[in-house]
Amino acid sequence: MVRPSPSGTIRVRFFARYAELVGRAEAAVAVPLPATVGDVVRRVRDEFPGGQALPERPLAAVNLQHVKLDASVQDGDEVALLPPIAGG
Amino acid sequence: MAMTYLIRSPISLDALLAEVSAPACGGTCVFLGTVRDGPEEQGVTVIEYSAYEEMVEGELGRIVAEVRERWSGARVAVRHRLGRIPVGEASIAIVTAAPHRAQAFEACRYVIEEVKRRVPVWKKELRADGSEVWVDPSGRPTTRPAHV
Repeated sequence: MVRPSPSGTIRVRFFARYAELVGRAEAAVAVPLPATVGDVVRRVRDEFPGGQALPERPLAAVNLQHVKLDASVQDGDEVALLPPIAGG
Repeated sequence: MAMTYLIRSPISLDALLAEVSAPACGGTCVFLGTVRDGPEEQGVTVIEYSAYEEMVEGELGRIVAEVRERWSGARVAVRHRLGRIPVGEASIAIVTAAPHRAQAFEACRYVIEEVKRRVPVWKKELRADGSEVWVDPSGRPTTRPAHV
């Protein structure tokens, strides 16, 4: 018996310049699981107005921790796309 | 009230000094990062700071814990200010105290370098000519003007 591939809903947050580029601060993105942060980024770039202006390989965080783009995501995770950090 | 490293009003250095003060600490080191309008900045009047606030709290908490682990007896107080900050005012204050001065200096340097590397804060320069520029420390300004 073949089970349908499960899908997860990821809360994606945009900050600073990236929020301006896509015209929003957050979005809910559905992805088939298993999925990585990179999959979420691709979906955002492909499907959101202004998404192509985002870099293909942005800094990213999952649930408030820095991650690489090959990190996996689960249903309900919060993925943040972070412009180059400029604090201090 | 939960501890927060973020503040939206001018930073009180006295409060931070009081936080780290301890009889066993013989050296206290203060770092202030201030909004600059130097030859490279082309007429900056204000920098508007924004942040991924929940993550800033977590990341700064981890940095503070790392300091306590690496420099025995070290004490740390940190505030990052958000919102519009005029030239000359502090955007970040770091105060470290330790039994001896070398540890206090090293710990203070560690905190600011880690902040620059890891803590998700962004700044937009507001310039005297009305333009707005996101600052990208990894290269040149990325947007000009900012209302893309």
